[in-house]
Amino acid sequence: MFDATALNRRSYRAQGIAKAVFCLMTVALVVPVLLIIGTLIYKGGPAISWEFLFTPPRNGMTEGGVFPALVGTIWLVVVALLASVPVGVAAALYLSEYAPDNLLTRTINLAIINLAGVPSIVHALFGVGAFVHFFRFGTSILAASLTLAVMTLPVVIVATREALQAVPQAFREACWNMGATRWQTIRKVVLPNSISGILTGVILEVSRTSGETAPIMFTGATAFIVFLPESVFDQTMAMSYHLYYIATQQTGVPEEITFGVALVLIGIVLLMNAISIGFRVYLRGLKKW
Amino acid sequence: MDSGRQDPGTVEHGDYAIETRGLNLWYGDFQALFDVDLGVKRGIITSMIGPSGCGKTTLLRTCNRIIERLGYVRTTGSVNVLGHDIFGDDVELVQVRKQIGMVFQRPNPLPISIRENVLFGFRLHEARLRRVTAAEEDEVLESSLRQVLLWDTVKDRLDKPATGLSLEEQQKLCIARLLPVKPEVLLMDEPCSALDPAGTEAVEELIWRLRGDYTILIVTHNMAQARRASEECVFMLLGRIVEHGRTEELFLSPEHSETADYIEGRYG
Repeated sequence: MFDATALNRRSYRAQGIAKAVFCLMTVALVVPVLLIIGTLIYKGGPAISWEFLFTPPRNGMTEGGVFPALVGTIWLVVVALLASVPVGVAAALYLSEYAPDNLLTRTINLAIINLAGVPSIVHALFGVGAFVHFFRFGTSILAASLTLAVMTLPVVIVATREALQAVPQAFREACWNMGATRWQTIRKVVLPNSISGILTGVILEVSRTSGETAPIMFTGATAFIVFLPESVFDQTMAMSYHLYYIATQQTGVPEEITFGVALVLIGIVLLMNAISIGFRVYLRGLKKW
Repeated sequence: MDSGRQDPGTVEHGDYAIETRGLNLWYGDFQALFDVDLGVKRGIITSMIGPSGCGKTTLLRTCNRIIERLGYVRTTGSVNVLGHDIFGDDVELVQVRKQIGMVFQRPNPLPISIRENVLFGFRLHEARLRRVTAAEEDEVLESSLRQVLLWDTVKDRLDKPATGLSLEEQQKLCIARLLPVKPEVLLMDEPCSALDPAGTEAVEELIWRLRGDYTILIVTHNMAQARRASEECVFMLLGRIVEHGRTEELFLSPEHSETADYIEGRYG
């Protein structure tokens, strides 16, 4: 009475195949990541040392470390964040909490999505035109960071807006009905409950910013400079551009150093992502609903 | 005289806490309220009944102008609350909402502690005008929670998150947090519909206790509740007020056939 019919068996076969295919695709997704990281560790690992991290390159970059590039990347990311986070969060707050749903708002939203799709090399050219020449910042950390900021702005806005919209509407209504203004509502209820999402978005942006090459190569990054930057108007080395340079433009750089640079770069990105995830887990734990 | 909608003769103009005149409301092109003339008497409980989509909640939400948060709402006519036209130019929305508290269908405590929930409105309005001592806050906290019969249940966990309370307790808390700013009018939008029968009974009992101190306008789908827990009753249909009178009269001898049909469950 409860024996499997032919139809049952056919259903099971189809279900088994579907499961196998999905599983295979998942594995196919993980394999390249593991291969990349594995290769980097295998080939670049031996180069990593305190000396590698904290000394400048020597002898036509065929020896020595990455210190100026590491410091430069930190400068670029920090300045880019100082520019993009206030603007992005404020814009997202306006769009999500204040703006009426009309044609203008929808147009702005569309523009933001499109901005996110612009190739980074186009942002680089925009940066050269706008920040290097028009604003006369020259090739400097400021110009490069602002270019990075423009590029990351849409992602900051979208991440912030999503975090804001994850706050239940009932909380806002409760506040409004007690006579709170929109700003009081935002400050006391909306922001405290969305800050984890916003920060996650911001930190993910950091990791992306630190890896970008195209936007900085014409606007502020330089191939070799032994001095560390002292202000935002200096040029600087950067990890991503340094890697590009020693891998393609410079001859005689030992493979070990090239892979070492790549490993440090990806290490920064993974570290940022790990911090982001840890932060999110921590802040989720504080949420009370 | 409004064609017999109101209890004839006994009410004077100043006795109304809420009074609408020729109120029409549109959501975009859709008209939700038609020429609503309603007088809600001070200090009693008035219930609004009617089938889904008849405009009860819309009318309720117009009384503290929370409806305007939806940008596409348009109104004509007037709404007087406590003798003032709330659509007037000199009206400050913050003051309107302070005087007119609202309780929602689903309890919506804020994701902060019980203490902070109760004191939220108080801190927003009072504590910004003058120095408020901790002792005063404690007093406000206790008296508000006592008024809603919640003090004994929560007095030992005031700093625990409000979202950890049962739905019934949450709804009581949502009423409690309105009280410290001393509103005159409480609007309730099906306050018991998310609660179980015991919770419903407890919250109804509470609402009944608050009558006299506050003017309460309550929307309900539950006719037994309207009958038990209100002194006057308004029956609405398709955006119009069909009948308004003393609850027992409206239920025992409705004037209009639509009211009778609805009460007897012929549609709804």
